[in-house]
Amino acid sequence: MIRTYSKLFALLVAMGVMAGCSSTGGTQEEGAYGSDVSAVDQEGGSEVYGGEGSSGVSSQTMTDEERAAQAEQAAQQEQAAMRKITTFYFDFDTSEIKSESRDVLIAHAKYLAANPNRSVRLEGHADERGTKEYNLALGERRAKAVERFLVVNGASRDQIETISYGEEKPAVMGHDESAYAQNRRVELIYQ
Amino acid sequence: MMRVIVTMVLAAVIALPAQAELMIRITEGADNAIPVAVVPFGKADGFQPSENISQIIHEDLAMSGEFKPLPSERMLSLPTNGDDVFYRDWRLLGQKYLLVGQVQPAGGNKVSARYELFDVNREKRIMGETASVAADNLRTLAHHISDKVYEAITGTRGVFSTRIAYVTLDMENGKRIYRLNVSDVDGKRASVRLKSKEPILSPAWSPDGRRLAYVSFETGRPAIYIQELATGKRTRIAQFPGLNSAPAWSPDGDSLLMTLSRDGNAEIYKMDVASRKLTRMTDHWAIDTEPDWAPDGNSFVFTSDRSGGPQVYRMDADGGDLSRLTFGSRYNARPRFSPDGENIFYVHQRDSYFHIARMNIESGEETILTRTKLDESPSVAPNGRLLIYATQEGGKSVLAVISADGGSNYILPSRFGDVREPAWSPFLN
Repeated sequence: MIRTYSKLFALLVAMGVMAGCSSTGGTQEEGAYGSDVSAVDQEGGSEVYGGEGSSGVSSQTMTDEERAAQAEQAAQQEQAAMRKITTFYFDFDTSEIKSESRDVLIAHAKYLAANPNRSVRLEGHADERGTKEYNLALGERRAKAVERFLVVNGASRDQIETISYGEEKPAVMGHDESAYAQNRRVELIYQ
Repeated sequence: MMRVIVTMVLAAVIALPAQAELMIRITEGADNAIPVAVVPFGKADGFQPSENISQIIHEDLAMSGEFKPLPSERMLSLPTNGDDVFYRDWRLLGQKYLLVGQVQPAGGNKVSARYELFDVNREKRIMGETASVAADNLRTLAHHISDKVYEAITGTRGVFSTRIAYVTLDMENGKRIYRLNVSDVDGKRASVRLKSKEPILSPAWSPDGRRLAYVSFETGRPAIYIQELATGKRTRIAQFPGLNSAPAWSPDGDSLLMTLSRDGNAEIYKMDVASRKLTRMTDHWAIDTEPDWAPDGNSFVFTSDRSGGPQVYRMDADGGDLSRLTFGSRYNARPRFSPDGENIFYVHQRDSYFHIARMNIESGEETILTRTKLDESPSVAPNGRLLIYATQEGGKSVLAVISADGGSNYILPSRFGDVREPAWSPFLN
């Protein structure tokens, strides 16, 4: 449990650092994303490390069922926290899903599997370098890579729609690597 | 649904010239540019034409990069017809050619120009003509004369009467507004042909110059449209699941190559425009896109990353005989043929920069043509002498025109936001 949380924590910190980098030129979305991270960071931390104290309930008085329920609730909160991350980044001219995206995408896939009435739109994007039409195809390949990953992890293809905008809708304006890194992405949007 | 379609058609027809016009900045001509004097044209007494025709010709010739027009304040005399020309005046100024002329009303709301071109060294009149147009169309007359002068001196047809299509992107009230525009090659007389909050891409002129094919995301998904320029009438010809992009007309105008991912992955298809029948041309798990027909229609080139990164390939029109053309760096994409079919122009990555390069197909010799750094979307003028592409300047996307054998000629920035996706028309008459 602790291990999973620390993994999530590391992930959130990593993503938080990234969002922080963009604070000068960040879009609304980036800003909102940054505040999500810090909120989760605090709540998640207190749940894990200070839960017993703050609840005022001694662990000795808990039944196994309560324990299981609490664990289940914590797990669900963890999954929900992970699902707040909806942007996944890529290296230049690749559509390979980065290792730090995997746990979050699995959380989305599990949620979609458990909620067949929900659906997502995956928007693939590229940075401005290179050619527009190739970048359209690259954005599509990124969106499809995420789609495949979600399907392999339990989501249904019917729940997923993909579209590529190529280099047309950058998340961040700018012509340097820090802008490019934030523009090479797939955005997962619940419909 | 009906209402949506009606709105689309209206949006396609309404033109707002002021929004679309580009500025022009001539950067440099070739070192061996030909000195030519365009003497300010004479005017009939009391006649005030709406445009300065000789000034437009002067600018056209400078824009070509092949001429160095003499500033009028340095001229020793200002003849307006051949009888008044003293060759010595122009030899002293080192001029090789001399253009003189007069503009006058021609009745019926028309204006005519009589002009004569002289070879200064041989002391000879090379050409003379009287041409007329409607009074509100003087730029057309000026570009016509520029074309005649250019051809008389270089032996190559001029492109001053051709047009360019391009896409502008502006932020208006916090929203991105895309416009598809058509203008003269100097950015003047621009008009909006389509306006949308969603991306517009890849305009492509039909070989007869009457239609544009392009990609628009206006429905929320990419689709390929064909729009008749005279009427604004348009047809959505492709909206398959996935990508619908990169339309490229066949030389006979009967079919389009395009990139679709309807079968799972970006592949090139040929669509017969009349029947909409599709033929799949490529079959590979890699990205195949950005096709361009060879001028003879026997083959096409395209971008594929089947080798691991984007490179230019050539395939026969029947889908056979695939060969890779580019090897010079890890990113070579979006090829466009020269009108004679001997060269391709494409986007070439060197170090971390993207330039426009030219390759002679037979020899494989590659030349990098641009010094700008984030270049894309090359499009070749129909006489093969000039090339337009999109690049970055001061954080904005601008259009740049260069000579097809190198050298920067002029820059076309938008007054407002970004301008990109240029497409040079064919000859229009």
